[in-house]
Amino acid sequence: MKLQRAFLVSPSPHLWRGISISRIMYLVVLALLLPTGAAIYFFGLRALAILAVSVAVSLLTEYLCKKMRRRAFVMDGSAVVTGMLLGLTMPPTVPLWMVAVGAVFAIAIVKEAFGGLGHNIFNPALAARAFMAVSFPLPMTTWVAPRGLGLDGLTSATPLSGDSVWQQFDPAAHQAMFLGNTSGSLGETSALALLIGGCLLLGLRMIDWRIPVFYIGVVAVFTLALGQDPIFHILAGGLMIGAFFMATDYVTSPLTNRGKIIFGISLGVLTVLIRQFGGMPEGVLYSILIMNAFTPLIDRYTGEKPYGLVKRAKDAG
Amino acid sequence: MNKSGVILKKKSSPHGVKVPERKLTAGRPIERAPLPEKAVISLHQNLGAPGEALVRRGDRVLTGQRIGDSDKFVSAPVHATLSGEVTGTTMVINPPTAQPVEALVIGSDGTDEWVQLEPADRPEDLSAEEILDRIRQAGIVGLGGAAFPSHIKLAPPKKATIDTIILNGCECEPYATSDHRVMLEYGDRVLSGLNIIRRLLSPQSVYIAIEDNKEDAIAHMEDLIIGMGLEETIKIVPLESKYPMGAERVLTKLLLNREVPIGGLPLDVGAVIHNVGTTKAIHEAVVEGRPLIERVVTVTGAVKDPKNLMVRFGTPLRTLIEFCGGIVGSANKVILGGPMMGFAQFDLDFPTVKGTNSVIVKDDSALAEQQCIRCGRCIEVCPMRLMPTALARYAQAGHYDLCKEAYVDNCFECGVCTYACPANIPIVQHIKVAKRELARRAPRK
Repeated sequence: MKLQRAFLVSPSPHLWRGISISRIMYLVVLALLLPTGAAIYFFGLRALAILAVSVAVSLLTEYLCKKMRRRAFVMDGSAVVTGMLLGLTMPPTVPLWMVAVGAVFAIAIVKEAFGGLGHNIFNPALAARAFMAVSFPLPMTTWVAPRGLGLDGLTSATPLSGDSVWQQFDPAAHQAMFLGNTSGSLGETSALALLIGGCLLLGLRMIDWRIPVFYIGVVAVFTLALGQDPIFHILAGGLMIGAFFMATDYVTSPLTNRGKIIFGISLGVLTVLIRQFGGMPEGVLYSILIMNAFTPLIDRYTGEKPYGLVKRAKDAG
Repeated sequence: MNKSGVILKKKSSPHGVKVPERKLTAGRPIERAPLPEKAVISLHQNLGAPGEALVRRGDRVLTGQRIGDSDKFVSAPVHATLSGEVTGTTMVINPPTAQPVEALVIGSDGTDEWVQLEPADRPEDLSAEEILDRIRQAGIVGLGGAAFPSHIKLAPPKKATIDTIILNGCECEPYATSDHRVMLEYGDRVLSGLNIIRRLLSPQSVYIAIEDNKEDAIAHMEDLIIGMGLEETIKIVPLESKYPMGAERVLTKLLLNREVPIGGLPLDVGAVIHNVGTTKAIHEAVVEGRPLIERVVTVTGAVKDPKNLMVRFGTPLRTLIEFCGGIVGSANKVILGGPMMGFAQFDLDFPTVKGTNSVIVKDDSALAEQQCIRCGRCIEVCPMRLMPTALARYAQAGHYDLCKEAYVDNCFECGVCTYACPANIPIVQHIKVAKRELARRAPRK
């Protein structure tokens, strides 16, 4: 009888669902593969080079930061996600060394300096993109037409930077923007690819529906109310990638269901306000960064009423 | 869809989790476990006060003889579970409190000679006081796991109005099948015990809650209810199989849409909830005069031949595991109780107690704890609508006052948050520490 053995004693529960952080992160990576493929299809191997640099430098930076902080480096996949998201927000012609600088900033400053995964206030990829936008203004706003237009290498305005198209309902333009056959950042042009990736995450219940639905819904309603073309606004710029992949970042978005609704609505309003009245053509990036800062406050006031709460019990006495 | 009208509409909860059920022994009829050579009877097998020994070393005791008791209000006696000689005392660790408690060791004489039982000639003529006294004398405690003395639960304070009895046959913990088998094999005693407590409390509604993974138990209980002509009185509520459906507060919410106030009891919302094994024991105590000395224990997991066993209290885990063919493979964990709320044991000489509904042997490994990524899964699954991640964070930082403000007392430690956590944070453990620390600091009344 083999009953002499050392038994493990640990607190309950003694079962685990088995969904680990790395599994969640790699599912996000999986969902991002289609937009990545679209980026390479529309913008060529240069897109692949940008993404490779971004991911590699992100990983390397995380490794070095953990070494410096004397913490264990865990290959949890979060740096891969950050690297991919940063890469997908890059203009196709940005010099690779700038991408590397952005990746270092994302991981070393935005993430690790605040304590690493779970402690950062801002979405690392978005904050790094904002940093790059002010550091390298010209390369970060130089756009080229996708190869599908047969105008490879030519500079071209993005849909949002040309005022003229804003108020016209143009099915041909919608179709091009839906498929991704338009100029813009690598990963944000193909709404279709982003939608499929986003639905994958929704279907696997990796992200909650509230933030993307309220974000995109409010943009549609608000722009319609302003007399503009809501379909154009939904398909243009970074709204799709922002709503599905950036605003839903666990670490920097609210925990509570009500908080997620408030977060989504606020993002929609801010994005339209910036697009409409701000000094920049696109508002997704700054909307999300602004709302990231409000996340702790939103969480504080939107918790569900606990079970069995009748009245706050007065202190004994 | 059912003609008798006994079975009501199935209920479900938006909270909780689908856990792997692993009910390996659902189809295994109850077998009698062998009598051990010696029984170790913990004097503290209820949620209240520990008992004191009524016998001394060298005394001969008979099966069913009262050997430990307390004069404290919340307490229940313990009885000898075999006949033989008291060979001494020892200390065992009381699983829920992790405190060492005194235990009596009885060496078996192999005859299992019983004390003279006093069956009730006419059980229906017993007064409420007599019934409660018989329940107390029999040492009956809640057999769902909490081990709260039953006679106290059945004598609610005068100001409480009880309008509902819920008989709990959910058995939502994975692996466990003892309640399931009790309903199938002792359903008549379960209902007889239920009828006894109906007499005590005269409720307006009586429900039996059973998870829908026990279709045969639902059907069997329905047949018995019809056979007794009680189809207008007792209703069965099937529940979606989900953990922790069988928790008292979840049941009051699901069945009655009433929330037990924080820090309160189900009787505060008019409900008394008893486990099916408890009402079986109540029948045996009141009608047959039998003390509670055994129960059904599911011995399962990585043992050669998983079984449902009728086990005398005080039987060492080793005896049960050996009777099931021993441990197979590299299993390195022995759990008393279910895998979600049970206690890991390191010592196979540990005796079964009244609260032991299952013994689970399994493989496990310590997982590396990571940082919270704020995914919100713990909040989504929490049946008490708490923010477990925040509670764990406060507790880790020693901010127990913040835990209190965030209603840590509402947590009944079901463990779904920890089960769902991708960062392997032992959330429940942090919460338990906070609750214990707050209780220690609270001014004594």
